[in-house]
Amino acid sequence: MMYDVIVIGAGVSGCAIARELSRYEINACVLEKCEDVCEGTSKANSAIVHAGFDADEGSLMAKLNVRGNEMMDQLSKDLDIPFKRNGSMVVCIHKDALGGLQELYDRGVKNGVKGLKILTKEETLEMEPNLSDNVEGALYAPTGGIICPFELTIAMAENANVNGVEFRFNTRVEDIKKDADGFWHLRTNNGEYTAKYVVNAAGVYADKIHNMVSEDKMHIIERRGDYCLLDKQVGDYVSHTIFPQPTKYGKGVLVTPTVHGNLLVGPTAIDIENKEGTATTAFGLDELQAKASENVKNLPMRNVITSFAGLRAHLERHEFVIEEVKDAPHFIDVAGIESPGLSASPAIGEMVGGMLKEKMNLTEKKNFISTRKGITRTEGLSVDEMNALIKKNPAYGTIVCRCESITEGEILDAIHRPLGARSLDGVKRRTRAGMGRCQAGFCSPRTMEILNRELGLSYEEITKSGGRSRIVIERTKGEV
Amino acid sequence: MKTYDIVIVGGGPAGLAAAVAAKEAGNDSILILERDHELGGILNQCIHNGFGLHTFKEELTGPEYAYRFIKQVLDLGIEYKLNTMVMDIAKDKTVTAMNREDGMFQIPAKAVILAMGCRERPRGALNIPGYRPAGIFSAGTAQRLVNIEGYMPGREVVILGSGDIGLIMARRMTLEGAKVKVVAELMPYSGGLKRNIVQCLDDYGIPLKLSHTVVDIEGKEHVTAVTIAEVGPDRKPIPGTEERYTCDTLLLSCGLIPENELSRAAGVNMSPVTSGPVVNESLETNIPGVFACGNVLHVHDLVDYVSEEAKRAGQNAVKYINDGCKEAEGDNIIELVATEGARYTVPSTINVGRMDDLLTVRFRVGDVYKNSFVSVYFDDERVMHNQKRIIAPGEMEQILLRKSQLQEHAGLKKITVKIEKE
Repeated sequence: MMYDVIVIGAGVSGCAIARELSRYEINACVLEKCEDVCEGTSKANSAIVHAGFDADEGSLMAKLNVRGNEMMDQLSKDLDIPFKRNGSMVVCIHKDALGGLQELYDRGVKNGVKGLKILTKEETLEMEPNLSDNVEGALYAPTGGIICPFELTIAMAENANVNGVEFRFNTRVEDIKKDADGFWHLRTNNGEYTAKYVVNAAGVYADKIHNMVSEDKMHIIERRGDYCLLDKQVGDYVSHTIFPQPTKYGKGVLVTPTVHGNLLVGPTAIDIENKEGTATTAFGLDELQAKASENVKNLPMRNVITSFAGLRAHLERHEFVIEEVKDAPHFIDVAGIESPGLSASPAIGEMVGGMLKEKMNLTEKKNFISTRKGITRTEGLSVDEMNALIKKNPAYGTIVCRCESITEGEILDAIHRPLGARSLDGVKRRTRAGMGRCQAGFCSPRTMEILNRELGLSYEEITKSGGRSRIVIERTKGEV
Repeated sequence: MKTYDIVIVGGGPAGLAAAVAAKEAGNDSILILERDHELGGILNQCIHNGFGLHTFKEELTGPEYAYRFIKQVLDLGIEYKLNTMVMDIAKDKTVTAMNREDGMFQIPAKAVILAMGCRERPRGALNIPGYRPAGIFSAGTAQRLVNIEGYMPGREVVILGSGDIGLIMARRMTLEGAKVKVVAELMPYSGGLKRNIVQCLDDYGIPLKLSHTVVDIEGKEHVTAVTIAEVGPDRKPIPGTEERYTCDTLLLSCGLIPENELSRAAGVNMSPVTSGPVVNESLETNIPGVFACGNVLHVHDLVDYVSEEAKRAGQNAVKYINDGCKEAEGDNIIELVATEGARYTVPSTINVGRMDDLLTVRFRVGDVYKNSFVSVYFDDERVMHNQKRIIAPGEMEQILLRKSQLQEHAGLKKITVKIEKE
């Protein structure tokens, strides 16, 4: 099968690009080494939409961040995903560093960020009473927002898929060669794929993929960030996204509500050379608490329900690289997509879509479906609304995940929709079943029962997140 | 939807015993709401024996013990709904619940008995560093997979925490052919019953390492190894004491948390020590007519005590209704205080006028005490001083108070429970 475009990587960039490509008459395919979308950097980050005052003026990072931020309102409506402009604050705790806020303000204005304001100590504490008593002031950005990175990525992928883009999971690109006719041949563990254009959106592996086709070698540094997620009981401890003042290692440890009502603390920044190194460390978790506590007082860390680590795909030059590779025509890098990559993702999709439209002379589809209906959520429905739903489908009357109040109906929807869930994590990221305070202790066996029934997977085949992540290995001795 | 006098949230051992007692006390309008597909609660997966020594003077398995009560519920014709999740309890005692058949429905109850049990503390809440692969289970989840679903989570096991479920699962996994390599316990003492340490670890040669914790989990997709280390008095790992165990399964038995989301939302006052409701001598919360019993009130180690406690909750709910659903009267409220080694008491207050002739006060200690005394003070006067060879956090303690004794002490304001060396 010859594709017009193959996108490597089903993270938030790859899926945003896929969705943009699906606007056109095109034969496109996304290759993903994991069993689902959103399995790498896209699943473990701060889950925020940056206002756009951090990146240097004139940089691609700044431009795409601000543009991505602007696009988020419409996109979240079109794709039926939760997004909230809760506003962000960069907090200053040293009087002699107040100048840094002004610098950020000036940069933000130059980048085109709207509504920025420098707040006095009093104004800051009035808006966020749980900030440290040492606060001297803050930069307030009303356009800062919070979003669910899983839902954003999944929604864009689903929409791309409905509009004809194919997705191949568990498919790892092992080598790329160009033939005499200029077509790309991608060797994978799942056979060979050929394409006229390749988009490298492989996240922390983007250097490896790039280096398969180019002599101008790329090196991505995996910059690990540890996070702690806190119970919804303390989800309103702060209402804005609270940043410290930035350093050369990035935007620092933030404290933010999530769009689903938890409190998130992180990330640390530790450079490692391991593309799979998502293990948290005691040192990292201790550091998180110490750093976050500089800005937020009495942080309720005893309410932590889980901790995790994500990898930023950092390039030495600290800039997004979105361009056709010079010595490899028809091969487009989307590399170095670290923060604010999530915020910028819709704009990254738009930019790459635009590049390919021009290069390939693509024509727009007449029947492009621009909207997507998300999973029907039962949270917050009235008794009458619930009963109408249960009457239509009794599965909405059974709660599977008690912590997040997720019904069987929602899980069935997650399994049977385009690019549906096939694992416990797949169900979790689509529905939130297992994401609450008991961390899936209660619902795992029940979700396994549903996966077994609906997909015909045996218990031994059911995984946490694909690959070797089996939950059980065999029948007990007593069974015949 | 039919209305009921008493709605019992949870059909485990607490809910069942409360229902039976309420019925026997003369109330015919009782409904048990159970979220699982059968009555019995967590006992259904506790297929080991050792239950019922106090209640029935014989050794039963969990399902057998549960069935003794389920049979009474059936024989007495008490109504129940399975596969039904309670979504909300309002302050006016309207219970909102949901299932496939009835949809979402609301029952205005005269009395509500909280019997939701507890849940296990998950890995995330323990701040264990490392990867987050498959193969990490709370002990109770593994117990369900093995005993109810009939599947083995793995073959080589490390257990963190020496709570009773962890100890039981050490034996269970061993009997199913798995190799349990070690049980690590953060504290310098076990959180489980002595008899379980003997019968589940010692008998199978499974080492218990006190003052140890997990410092690393290896394996990106599935657990491949776990490293434990000794901890100092500050419970921080001591560098150089690490021991690595290859394994495919890590079970966690690091504490149980009463499941009180519904209670909290209803406005029930909670104890920060037990994470359960604050109750009076009638096991009644600050909301008149809302009672609590079993593990939702405070975590028990013996189901026999759960049944006994729940029985009192059931009886008191009927009494409350028979008395016209009035707020408890009487100004003679005695406060119960746990101090110097004792961590909490259940109940927290006693209204002498409403108490039974004999009241059981249960409590736990915060450390291991050898050859020490359980002392009870009525205001400043020591009235009880019982020596015990050993008092441990893993074993619930109790004292008995006589109504007559309290009546004799007119003007008594405070009863203090403490542990004394002499």
